[in-house]
Amino acid sequence: MEAAAAEPGNLAGVRHIILVLSGKGGVGKSTISTELALALRHAGKKVGILDVDLCGPSIPRMLRAQGRAVHQCDSGWVPVFVDQEQSISLMSVGFLLESPDEAVVWRGPKKNALIKQFVSDVAWGQLDYLVVDTPPGTSDEHMATVEALRPYSPLGALVVTTPQVVSVGDVRRELTFCRKTGLQVVGVVENMSGFVCPHCAECTNVFSRGGGEELARLAGVPFLGSVPLDPELTRSLEEGRDFIRDFPNSPAFPALSSIAQKVLSQAPARLS
Amino acid sequence: MKTVKHKILVLSGKGGVGKSTFSAHLAHGLAEDENTQVALLDIDICGPSIPKIMGLEGEQVHQSGSGWSPVFVEDNLGVMSVGFLLSSPDDAVIWRGPKKNGMIKQFLRDVDWGEVDYLIVDTPPGTSDEHLSAVQYLSAAHIDGAVIITTPQEVSLQDVRKEINFCHKVKLPVIGVVENMSVFICPQCKKESQIFPPTTGGAEVMCQDLKIPLLGKVPLDPHIGKSCDKGQSFLTDAPDSPATLAYRSIIKRIQEFCGHHPPKEEHLIGS
Repeated sequence: MEAAAAEPGNLAGVRHIILVLSGKGGVGKSTISTELALALRHAGKKVGILDVDLCGPSIPRMLRAQGRAVHQCDSGWVPVFVDQEQSISLMSVGFLLESPDEAVVWRGPKKNALIKQFVSDVAWGQLDYLVVDTPPGTSDEHMATVEALRPYSPLGALVVTTPQVVSVGDVRRELTFCRKTGLQVVGVVENMSGFVCPHCAECTNVFSRGGGEELARLAGVPFLGSVPLDPELTRSLEEGRDFIRDFPNSPAFPALSSIAQKVLSQAPARLS
Repeated sequence: MKTVKHKILVLSGKGGVGKSTFSAHLAHGLAEDENTQVALLDIDICGPSIPKIMGLEGEQVHQSGSGWSPVFVEDNLGVMSVGFLLSSPDDAVIWRGPKKNGMIKQFLRDVDWGEVDYLIVDTPPGTSDEHLSAVQYLSAAHIDGAVIITTPQEVSLQDVRKEINFCHKVKLPVIGVVENMSVFICPQCKKESQIFPPTTGGAEVMCQDLKIPLLGKVPLDPHIGKSCDKGQSFLTDAPDSPATLAYRSIIKRIQEFCGHHPPKEEHLIGS
């Protein structure tokens, strides 16, 4: 690692870091983060997922890891492996809650402290990609995450929106956040793009259309692709199945694979 | 706040379930009666969607001797949002907790709402600074209760249970839960699909378990998104849509709740 002044620490073995952001809630950041991680794993990469959504940590459930205990080792917390082959590791505040219904009602400073710990005290080991899922907004968690990751030069940010103007309106602000904090934007993903009726195959733009491409154009960043609505995807994630393996015929599959390929073909790793 | 009769917080643990959409249309619905004064306060500092949904983008806020004036959509419907204080649609409000709290305090203290029958407070997702501050600053003046919005799938309900927990912790009465994006009716074949499947029984089962009223289920109508994008009231754009009917029934139940629990009463419902 080139930054000799900073202690390499637990992120020294991580070759790429991707922050998944949105200004808007409910656009599918956690879903896209999980799917991106699975797609990268299917491309043979070793992946870690860091879930810094302290108020709404959804990823443990998606990967069928809720209720797992977190252990400590000499270097810090051991992330939870969610697959037999130990190619996907996960750290989420969800693991630290006593009960899944317990609310984390913390103000900013306490959230900042936990995120700093998450970033520096998790013994990730060697990873090709660390995907960092964030809550919606541009506040404490985001600033804390970027500040904590800054010494490790993150690869960049993947920004998620849905097609309608109300989402794009918020996500524009997120892109400003990226600019102000010096985060390179890998691209924009438009989620929930259209729903194909299973009865008659008519495609309806349930959440309007066109927002993702428009946003990418406005901000001058790459448009990575549109992911359609797929209730089977929702069902599968809720039930913690391996979506990519189980649903190769899903309308969302080609979109997600293509997005993963674009991420893989981005700038080389920061470590030689 | 002394001139505000009823205060309703619109909450969800989860983002993107339709809080702002619901808040806006609750405001529109209540304001259809010209004699009802309605105020809509958007305390989502990072993602203020209310100006867009209410067709007020680009509007400015004015200050007078008595404080900030809300922006009026109708004579009896005033709106305040941090969105009105931003000069460009790209401006990001990158504030930490204490600064956000300061802004919320200002909104609640320094806006000259006048005589208001209903103040609706739209919140960001989560259970953090904004929610704690709003409850703290408002509770001295009595909050009628919270309406909690969810979508049918477990990933939303998971967060909503935490939100309900939050309400209990801060002794905020829960008026009830609205299940949004319930069912999708194909405009072509009219058959129903569940885009967000209720894998664990949806809001209905959760409400039964937690003994909280389910105020109603709103189907997914693509026209809702379009109306919001245009800044128009969906209730007037599509008066016959099943979604409009659902909204109206829910609004009525909220009015009934507020009517049965007039201001100054201290007893807690649902805790």
